[in-house]
Amino acid sequence: MSRSCKSLFVFALFLAPTVALAFDHYAGVGRQATPAEVKAWDIDVRPDFKGLPKGSGNVERGQELFEEKCASCHGSFGESNEVFTPLIGGTKPEDIKSGRVSGFLTGDIPQRTTFTKVATISTVWDYIYRAMPWTAPKSLKPDDVYAILAYFLNLAEIVPGDFTLSDKNIAEVQARMPNRNGMTTDHGMWPGPSAKKGGIGNGGVPDVKNVACMKNCKPEVQIGSTLPEYARTAHGELADQNRSFGPVRGTRTLGPEAAKKAADAGTLELATKSGCMACHGIKSKIVGPGYNEVVARYQGQPDAESRLVAKVKAGGQGVWGNVPMPPNAHLKDEDLTTLVKWILAGSK
Amino acid sequence: MGDIKQAGRLRPAPENFLSAEQITAVGSGRRDFLRKSFLAAGAALAAPLAARAADGDPDILNLPPWATSLGLPVATNPYGMPSKYESQLLRRESPGLTRVGGASVSFAPLQGLFGIITPSGLHFERHHQGWHDVDPAKHRLMINGSDPAFLKKPKVYTMDELMRLPSVSRIHFIECGANTGLEWGNVAVPTVQYTHGMLSCSEFTGVPLKLLLEDCGVDYKKARYVLAEGGDGSAMTRTIPMEMVESGEVFVAYGQNGEMLRPENGYPLRLVVPGVQGVSWVKWLRRIEVGDQPYATKDEAIHYIDLQPSGLHRQYTSIQECKSVITTPSGGQTLLSPGFFNVSGLAWSGRGRIKQVDVSFDGGINWKTARLEGPIQNKALTRFNVDWVWDGKPAILQSRAIDETGYVQPTYGQLRKVRGTKSIYHNNAIQSWKIVEGGEVSNVQVL
Ligand code: HEC
Ligand code: HEC
Repeated sequence: MSRSCKSLFVFALFLAPTVALAFDHYAGVGRQATPAEVKAWDIDVRPDFKGLPKGSGNVERGQELFEEKCASCHGSFGESNEVFTPLIGGTKPEDIKSGRVSGFLTGDIPQRTTFTKVATISTVWDYIYRAMPWTAPKSLKPDDVYAILAYFLNLAEIVPGDFTLSDKNIAEVQARMPNRNGMTTDHGMWPGPSAKKGGIGNGGVPDVKNVACMKNCKPEVQIGSTLPEYARTAHGELADQNRSFGPVRGTRTLGPEAAKKAADAGTLELATKSGCMACHGIKSKIVGPGYNEVVARYQGQPDAESRLVAKVKAGGQGVWGNVPMPPNAHLKDEDLTTLVKWILAGSK
Repeated sequence: MGDIKQAGRLRPAPENFLSAEQITAVGSGRRDFLRKSFLAAGAALAAPLAARAADGDPDILNLPPWATSLGLPVATNPYGMPSKYESQLLRRESPGLTRVGGASVSFAPLQGLFGIITPSGLHFERHHQGWHDVDPAKHRLMINGSDPAFLKKPKVYTMDELMRLPSVSRIHFIECGANTGLEWGNVAVPTVQYTHGMLSCSEFTGVPLKLLLEDCGVDYKKARYVLAEGGDGSAMTRTIPMEMVESGEVFVAYGQNGEMLRPENGYPLRLVVPGVQGVSWVKWLRRIEVGDQPYATKDEAIHYIDLQPSGLHRQYTSIQECKSVITTPSGGQTLLSPGFFNVSGLAWSGRGRIKQVDVSFDGGINWKTARLEGPIQNKALTRFNVDWVWDGKPAILQSRAIDETGYVQPTYGQLRKVRGTKSIYHNNAIQSWKIVEGGEVSNVQVL
């Protein structure tokens, strides 16, 4: 190391004793982010409201926005469980006092809605702003988020109907969140330092203990639960979810008839995916003939299958009229054969 | 068992050349059938190429087309695909589990996989707002501080730049925190694909996050937490302790099993947080923020929180504790016949290496130590195997893993005693597979 280099090194150490030495170390790699770039992406809002944009919105405006942008999936009152668990419901006025949703204590809770669980209002603000509406994320303005959140808070009976939520009063609302005292970090599953050392949790001490007994470990085997019959068949034909050779086979759960039905459903799917169903109905003409008409015309002709495979592949016109079928040469031969066989067998 | 066709098994004459119906016909005195079949056998003798089953396995005696014809040329499939005979092993959804495919999961077919590496195309999926095929030329990674004092210089890196930096390649498992979550209360699903299939293991390649943070001049004294954020619609965010980053374990990955990440797995950049549940391995990673507090994001304040019998939810539960499962044989399979089997499965721990796996064939009364396939790696899947001769009688198979910290995988009874049945997340109980006389294997829970 040359003298000047050495002194530089010492200088760097002296300047920044707590900062690692590899700062700006990789020539030609990375550049400083501009303030506008950081502003565009740094959208997170913390529980202490660091990162929360200024703004406000009231319950009424929130209801309008929610009806327009959110209710189709979440239900007008945030109650829908069609798409996922509902947003609102399950909290009681006394929960606002205690900060613990009592349903979790008594077990009397029909559904774990967003507002029964969440302890931090920042979480909901942050999430709506970054991710909702689901199909058009990051399209809301801060004032929209304040308004929608005000509407939620009113539905959950945390704030009155004439309430305006803003960056100024959001901390007061935090103090009324029904499950604000409902979280614990007293566990061993945080991969950082313990709460005692300024981190989270107990420092990784497991809560459940087993011992590795090897012989005569218990007098009898106690079965707690077995697979319900409906669950055996709810996941389709298990025989088809395992290799057809090897030490085991998948258990046949649906039987050959159901398996055929599933395979036929698969062929309809293949026909749809391959674009055939845009021009052919199973029982009706669309652009091309209905498959029932095809069956009727070719019944009893032993070479129908091979002829039709060739025709579908090459396309063509004249048999049913002047409208041509475009070529389907992009499809695999085996798929074409499957499709034609399925059509000739009645598309069932 | 009876209806399973097994190729290559020789059966003694005369069943070899008489069909079941013909045998019944003979038994019932209709001898014309017999005469016909002897005629057929005579014809077979006369044909020099068609071998008689009586002489041995026709699949040996009659050479197959692939032994007697020319195969396909190189690069017929420029990107090779599995054999057409492997079409059963696919990622699958659990019907009724979720309502929309964009906020759902598909499970890896563990029942048919070998070793520890998950083929990239079968890696389990969990998306919150669908997946995209992100253009790598337009992808950026930004690193900033929640406070300017935490980082000397917020920076932006392109993929070109990230891929110039010193890289590491490491094999790690990734498991969704909700894996086996359907089974907290009772048996709910039939096969290991659905009980344990939110689990995969890959070799990932990328740049240690530590290196990037230091390149930006991070102040480790002040910044004790890291927020990772995705570049997709959900802009998924999760908090990670700085200790893990400082240890060098956490890295931003672009490579997966020798190629780039798959789009479903975060192409072109995802975070790898070894031993921690999959939700923290943020996909399509666009931003890292260093800060002095945890962030209580939606997926650490509304979801991925574990409800305890006390009515409290555990927050920031991240480590995937030691767990194992037998994959062959497993639920929804049927054993071919009594006799020898190589019982095989997977073990893993978010706290380090697997030390030992024991297997029981009697529901946990007696245990036998399994062979571990090496090298045993840190926070990676470990394959175990054990010899077993099935006597054709009912049995209950279990595996129990122990990691290098000495932690022993718990029973359902032990786990529920502490955590109840409503936790959803972090079910690492011992899995049991019951085998009945016919050979059918099914999912049961032993307390
Ligand atoms: C197209 C359907 C759709 C629309 C429209 C929609 N959402 Fe959602 N929303 C979802 C889905 C799906 C999820 C779950 C996402 C996930 O799994 O991470 C969700 C999650 C949420 C959550 C988190 C709740 C929880 O407990 O996880 C909130 C809050 C939310 N949406 C608010 C809104 C708001 C506010 C709007 C309107 C601005 C809106 N959503 C519009 C589908 C929708
Ligand atoms: C763009 C519309 C269109 C699409 C897409 C299309 N077809 Fe056709 N198809 C036609 C028309 C038009 C005819 C009648 C052609 C004729 O008169 O010779 C036809 C005829 C047929 C026939 C009868 C052929 C004959 O000679 O009698 C079959 C079978 C058939 N289509 C199958 C398919 C299948 C399978 C697919 C998907 C791979 C498909 N078609 C896709 C328009 C279409």
